[in-house]
Amino acid sequence: MQYLALIYAAPNSGPAYGTPEFKTFMDGYFAFTALLKEKGAFVAGDGLKGTDTATSLRLRGGKVETMDGPFAETKEHLGGYYLMEVPDLDTALKYAAMIPSAAFGTIEVRPVMTY
Amino acid sequence: MLQAPDPTQALNLTLRADRGRILAALIARVRDFQLAEEALQDAATSALAHWSRSGIPSRPEAWLIRVAFRKAIDRLRSHSRDSARDTAMTVLAQDEAEEDPMDIPDDRLRLIFTCCHPALEPKSRVALTLRTIAGLTTADIARAFLDTEPTMGQRLSRAKAKIAAAGIPFRIPDPEDWPDRLNSVLTVVYLIYNAGYTSGPTTGQDLCREAIFLARLLTTLAPSDAEVEGCLALLLLTHARADARISPEGLTLPPAQQDRSLWDTHMLTEGLATLDSAMARRNPGPFQIKAAIAALHTAQNGPGWPQIAALYTRLLAFEPTPVIRLNHAVAVSEAGGLGEALIHLADIEPELADYQPFNAAKADLLARSGRAAEAHTAYAKAIALSDSPADIAFLLQRQSLLSH
Repeated sequence: MQYLALIYAAPNSGPAYGTPEFKTFMDGYFAFTALLKEKGAFVAGDGLKGTDTATSLRLRGGKVETMDGPFAETKEHLGGYYLMEVPDLDTALKYAAMIPSAAFGTIEVRPVMTY
Repeated sequence: MLQAPDPTQALNLTLRADRGRILAALIARVRDFQLAEEALQDAATSALAHWSRSGIPSRPEAWLIRVAFRKAIDRLRSHSRDSARDTAMTVLAQDEAEEDPMDIPDDRLRLIFTCCHPALEPKSRVALTLRTIAGLTTADIARAFLDTEPTMGQRLSRAKAKIAAAGIPFRIPDPEDWPDRLNSVLTVVYLIYNAGYTSGPTTGQDLCREAIFLARLLTTLAPSDAEVEGCLALLLLTHARADARISPEGLTLPPAQQDRSLWDTHMLTEGLATLDSAMARRNPGPFQIKAAIAALHTAQNGPGWPQIAALYTRLLAFEPTPVIRLNHAVAVSEAGGLGEALIHLADIEPELADYQPFNAAKADLLARSGRAAEAHTAYAKAIALSDSPADIAFLLQRQSLLSH
């Protein structure tokens, strides 16, 4: 089964860029990605640029309405994701708990629909 | 075996004893709660027809499981084919052909872990466990939790749908996850007991019995686990005193003031023996500590408060919650540390200000410190927050004893 792990965190809740803690944090991400690949569970995974770079749109009456900013203004922002191929929810949750941002943000795990 | 007089009665007896086991065997094979329940329902309907015509089989449970497997195959056949369904059908066909279907391994432990999975809402875990393992009807569960039957039915359907859609596995957790996952299971058992206990001595009896049944079942399915035994011991040691917890005048009584002749000594002895067996395994956990505290409350010469306070300190390492801190403070006050206990209460007041037991404990501590006016106010707040008439009667009596 495929699961999408959505990584949410409040801006500036993690270690600051340039500090030794930030390096440890990023190394944690590299190590986690390497582990997923080694286990054959990695499908895709990326970090996203900040919500100040987000553009949202909707189609209403055949017209595209474009807006500056994310879909919802929330305290925690979607900052990245992993798409994993694993046997069940327990395995997906076990991996999700290893995502470095889980220590200060929230990881939402959603099964991917199969058609 | 003894022939039951009529097919309906025989079927009900068989289902009461073996429903959970048959359902677990079905779910293990088809991986689908709904389909498993429907197959068992089909088998039960078929049993009534057959048993009325040809008599009750010598082993009704073996008959029922075999027919339930066959009905599951029928239902799978009518679904669209895929490889998972084909595998399930092959396994079902093999097991259905078994000489004695009751020889197939008991899958109930896996089923319990699925029903109590932390990805489900706590209330749904309780409802699903009662429905699937204990075999209560949706109507029974709705009544116990003051819900309407359709609401409870929807809750159960949502939980079953999430198990299927989210890929919640049907298996025993890995050793490194065992303590946490088992704690989730035992917490469900304890919540069931507590729901029975708080709804009063008559109406709640059934849920208390169901919880003890589940705890006993777990001791047979996971026989060498100290926490499972700790949970059973806790329930037995609490339940043994259930008949004595309300005075003839309708007041809630603390263990030290209860009429010991009303305690169930047989259950008490079993609870203490179960606790001993757990502690001999040298693998302490929160349920064993709570059972040990319950045991100390039954001590012949009154509760051993210094030991109870020490056990609460150990419990805090597992469960650092404000409620445990409250219980710890009460034990400290009983062990002679009234001033220290009041400091602990002040620390947790922001979190527990609207919690009835907090206000009752605070009132008692203030009364014992000679602060009558403050105690009076705290009793009033505790009374306002009480649901049970017995608690209100007890608190009103304590309040009236304050010197002005």
